[in-house]
Amino acid sequence: MADEKDKPRTVEEDGKDDTDISASPRLPASMSPNRHASPSLHQTSPRPGVTVGPLYGVMAEFDNPSNLVAAARRTYEAGYRKINGYSPYPIEELWEAIGFHHTRLPIIVLVGGIIGGLGGFLMQYYLSVFDYPLNVGGKPFNSWPAFIPITFETTILCAALAAVFGMLALNKLPQPYHPVFNAPNFKLATRDHFFLVIEANDPRYEHDEVVEFLKSLEPKEVTDVEV
Amino acid sequence: MANEPYTEGPIHTTVPVVGPDLTFVSVTDKISSLVLKRKTPLWWFIGFAVSFLLVQLLLLTITHLVFTGIGIWGNNVPIGWAFDIINFVWWIGIGHAGTLISAILLLLRQQWRTSINRFAEAMTLFAVASAGLFPLLHAGRPWLLYWMFPYPNTMGIWPQFRSPLMWDVFAISTYGTVSALFWFIGLIPDFATLRDRARSKPFQIIYGMLAMGWRGSARHWHRYEMAYLLLAGLATPLVLSVHTIVSLDFAAGVIPGWHATIFPPYFVAGAIYAGFAMVLVLTIPLRKFYGLEDFITMRHIENMAKVMLATGLIVAYGYIMEAFFGWYSGNIYERFMIYNRMTGPYKWFYWSLILCNVLAPQIIWFKRFRRNLVVLFVLSIVVSIGMWLERFVIIVTSLHRDFLPSSWGMYSPTVWDFSMFLGTIGLFFALLFLFIRFLPIISIFEMRTILPEAELEED
Repeated sequence: MADEKDKPRTVEEDGKDDTDISASPRLPASMSPNRHASPSLHQTSPRPGVTVGPLYGVMAEFDNPSNLVAAARRTYEAGYRKINGYSPYPIEELWEAIGFHHTRLPIIVLVGGIIGGLGGFLMQYYLSVFDYPLNVGGKPFNSWPAFIPITFETTILCAALAAVFGMLALNKLPQPYHPVFNAPNFKLATRDHFFLVIEANDPRYEHDEVVEFLKSLEPKEVTDVEV
Repeated sequence: MANEPYTEGPIHTTVPVVGPDLTFVSVTDKISSLVLKRKTPLWWFIGFAVSFLLVQLLLLTITHLVFTGIGIWGNNVPIGWAFDIINFVWWIGIGHAGTLISAILLLLRQQWRTSINRFAEAMTLFAVASAGLFPLLHAGRPWLLYWMFPYPNTMGIWPQFRSPLMWDVFAISTYGTVSALFWFIGLIPDFATLRDRARSKPFQIIYGMLAMGWRGSARHWHRYEMAYLLLAGLATPLVLSVHTIVSLDFAAGVIPGWHATIFPPYFVAGAIYAGFAMVLVLTIPLRKFYGLEDFITMRHIENMAKVMLATGLIVAYGYIMEAFFGWYSGNIYERFMIYNRMTGPYKWFYWSLILCNVLAPQIIWFKRFRRNLVVLFVLSIVVSIGMWLERFVIIVTSLHRDFLPSSWGMYSPTVWDFSMFLGTIGLFFALLFLFIRFLPIISIFEMRTILPEAELEED
């Protein structure tokens, strides 16, 4: 739990993107038919030392998961903290490698379940005992064993809603625009390619150094990612 | 449907979970091309047209029903539940296999679930939709559905929470909601794949909106996996509770043939049994027509057949116990109920049920039958019919002759009973046809995780 607070805050987490969306006339990259018209996308090779416009970070592209995880570990060891990996499927070692160990989600789900359980039971208790007492087959007004099935269902319902909406909220989804979608090969992140990004707001970020460092990790390609 | 090559030895050592040649690229391209590229095959149009016609039959029936009243059905005073509740329980039961495959097999780390979970979850949703129509319309005034939910109202009344029928409202609505959430959450990364693979603008926009900006970030994946696991953990007791509560609709009543403690486990096993039969009925033709033999291998088919056999045996035990309880109770009404069930006017239903659900599935013990797709397909249909007969026997034979001979009666369905049932079958298949046309029928991202390529080479 604490780790999520302690971990380096990235652009996606602190919501800077929201201002970018309003400032940018661009359509969401994921949907935009014009994304190929964007000048930054014609660049296919890294441009070390050339900085055009504000950068989100530098991205390294890999063609297999082992290289990505190894590179992520070395990047973390080198002291970079505002880093993120992108992969077509969940890789446990990857989020461990970038130092993201814990999520608040389980506690959110627990709270959801407790609210659902208490709410479900207390609703039945209040309605059956105080608001609308009804003699059913001589059972006591608070016939709690008969209230358990509904209590159980509302517990599950609220916990499940907390799991889904909690996950979406922590992930800041839906989020139509994100800078990484500008990267030329990023479409393959949902197919068979793997990406590592060192973000520009990392305290140790020094553009040329970062490019050199990422190149030393033997990626397929290193590119700048514009905001 | 040719048979797969016969292999010696246990299937988990001889047949891999997925074909050996699959890669990230081939898995992604193959499954997404079913939606994005492939020309819609002729059989799809024929199948969808037939289902859609049946949906029109459903609409016609519902219209006639709403304008006339439930007197158009064969329901009468001793047999008030009849087709509605038979079909409701049948559909809900079918849905249970989807949740079992997606949630329980996930918790048990059964990798073979990956090829079939998406499809089975869709089946669950559509089965629950078909099921829900029956109690809704059986209530007679479907426009007053909201009276079943506890909300502050000007009538100053509240639902009666001690009734299993009320529990049912909560169980089914929770089940429908959680199944839909689980399904949608599972689809998000695949929507992102479709968004990035789609060539036409409308598809890019639609799948893009559904993907909600998913980009495969490691932080996102971590929370996503946690959410998925927690949902599976929640769905597992939920699915057991749903059919338990459905069975309590019966077991909490005093009618001979209903009032039995065996009902909850016996109903849950029956639900899984019927559900796996339906998954097989759907999977066997689908994998053939779409050429998915590498994804849904004989190992999946055989595992499903084995689950069917196991749950079928539990169901058979339930039938034996029902008869035993009837005799051992020493209660004349209970004894008469079992005697009447086996020798009364509905005896053919009872013995057909025993044939379909107890005797027929015993052929799964033999390897050559359970690896024969034609045999399994036919058997699965037989089991589906058997499970429908089971609900008919439980509801009709118990109600038609209860305590007082003066209140005995007979039941026969009308044409509108059948049109309603056929209509929901049409609805189920129409939704399934739309699903296999517009959504990835196999979870692409989960398939990637079980490929050899996904194994990390550690230094």
